[in-house]
Amino acid sequence: MGLRLPESKRLLHNRFLRQLFGSVLDLAPVLGVVLFFQVIVIHQPIPDVGRLVGGMCLVILGLTFFIQGLEQGLFPIGEQMAHALARKGSVFWLIVFAFTLGFGTTIAEPALIAVADEAARIAAQGGVIQNSREAMTNYALGLRMTVALSVGFAIVVGVIRILKGWPLHYVIIAGYIGVVLMTLVAPPEIIGLAYDSGGVTTSTITVPLVTALGVGLSSSIRGRSPMVDGFGLIAFASLTPMIFVMAYGLLI
Amino acid sequence: MKEWALGFADALLETLRDVAPIAAVVLVFQLLVFRKPFSNPHRLFVGFFYVILGITLFLEGLEMALFPLGDLMAQQLTAPDFIGATGTEIQVDWRAYFWVYLFAASIGFATTLAEPALIAVAIKASDISGGAISAWGLRLAVSVGVSIGLALGAYRIVTGTSLYAYIVAGYVIVMIQTAFAPKVIIGLAYDSGGVTTSTVTVPVVTALGLGLASTVPGRNPLLDGFGLIAFASVFPIITVLGYAQIAEWWSRCAERWSNNK
Repeated sequence: MGLRLPESKRLLHNRFLRQLFGSVLDLAPVLGVVLFFQVIVIHQPIPDVGRLVGGMCLVILGLTFFIQGLEQGLFPIGEQMAHALARKGSVFWLIVFAFTLGFGTTIAEPALIAVADEAARIAAQGGVIQNSREAMTNYALGLRMTVALSVGFAIVVGVIRILKGWPLHYVIIAGYIGVVLMTLVAPPEIIGLAYDSGGVTTSTITVPLVTALGVGLSSSIRGRSPMVDGFGLIAFASLTPMIFVMAYGLLI
Repeated sequence: MKEWALGFADALLETLRDVAPIAAVVLVFQLLVFRKPFSNPHRLFVGFFYVILGITLFLEGLEMALFPLGDLMAQQLTAPDFIGATGTEIQVDWRAYFWVYLFAASIGFATTLAEPALIAVAIKASDISGGAISAWGLRLAVSVGVSIGLALGAYRIVTGTSLYAYIVAGYVIVMIQTAFAPKVIIGLAYDSGGVTTSTVTVPVVTALGLGLASTVPGRNPLLDGFGLIAFASVFPIITVLGYAQIAEWWSRCAERWSNNK
């Protein structure tokens, strides 16, 4: 034991350095693009080099920790939950879990809160709702609830799809048709916002958890392959908000 | 330094608050529904903490370095002086915005490559496919898709054409490709549309969209500023499906060639 400890420590050390180097590579293109445009195209100096370098170091360090935590924490948690659900064999609890995971992670999503407030401002300016603080707060909250419900619904449908083994593209094509049809009848002010709301629901923590859930479920159910059936939850969770938000625009 | 540390502690608390609902759902189910502890809870807890620490550092760094600069560059690139417009004409030629398209394409490519959620999905895909799908290949394919999508999206804002038409056309291409693409890639391709638009890409892209919509004559930021994110979610699906189709076609050609020899 006494001999192996330093070696394992060194391995850990190397692993961290390797990951750090990987993060540097991941971030290098961003830095390259920013420098190229600022210096060569716009012909302007970089406003604050110290901040840029310091910030980039934080980003690189952050990405390194995130990836380490992903493999050590988020993926195993998602997988353990998926296996526990599959072993329990209760469709009821599976659906409750899927819904609360989708709803719970979305309702508190900071990006969504920002977008909902923005949408309330647009609606007030456009005269869709009264231009008062209360009306705007209600509108924003309603929108957040709508999106969170739609994500909960999406994860539930996605999980049922994995259970039943429905081909993914049928579900997605049905979703696309829903989006197209809703666009025809929805008020034009809401369309751009609705299309964008699909993107804001999938946060950095939700994605790994939901992916691990889908892959874990499909690998513990006989007859499902993780590659063919495991993915697709995220896709569905970014489609349904578009439909639901346009429906919200129609009703309000 | 002290101020910075306090600010960082604040940011860390904010991240904790954001992940609290997720942690609550997981804990309630594990303890009350499954009634069994996690295996190796210490390791999981440390991992979860790394994730929170990582996201906080990442966002702090972006806010320090990238977002202000991205805002500034979006303003500078779309400013009438830079475009060469005098401000009197009603319609500026779309070609005047050449650098804007190039900026949209390259910043979309670069930020997508650094997107943590995409890295997560790519690692998972490479793991379960036993390395048949390379994490780098997938990330490159997605980045190329975002890059094309954003350049087209910027073009759409400049010309004022209908968002709806582009997105529906994108959907139709996706559906046609789905019919021909290898089955194993379909779920992954659909998912990669959703993951491109999170932490890094969205703020930069939003600044660009609003900058364009408020400086191009005849555009309304309220109506035209949105929609770039939608472009960034549809086009990666097309490129990932395309990547799989090309890879399959390539390996079939190679096989035929080696059989003939």
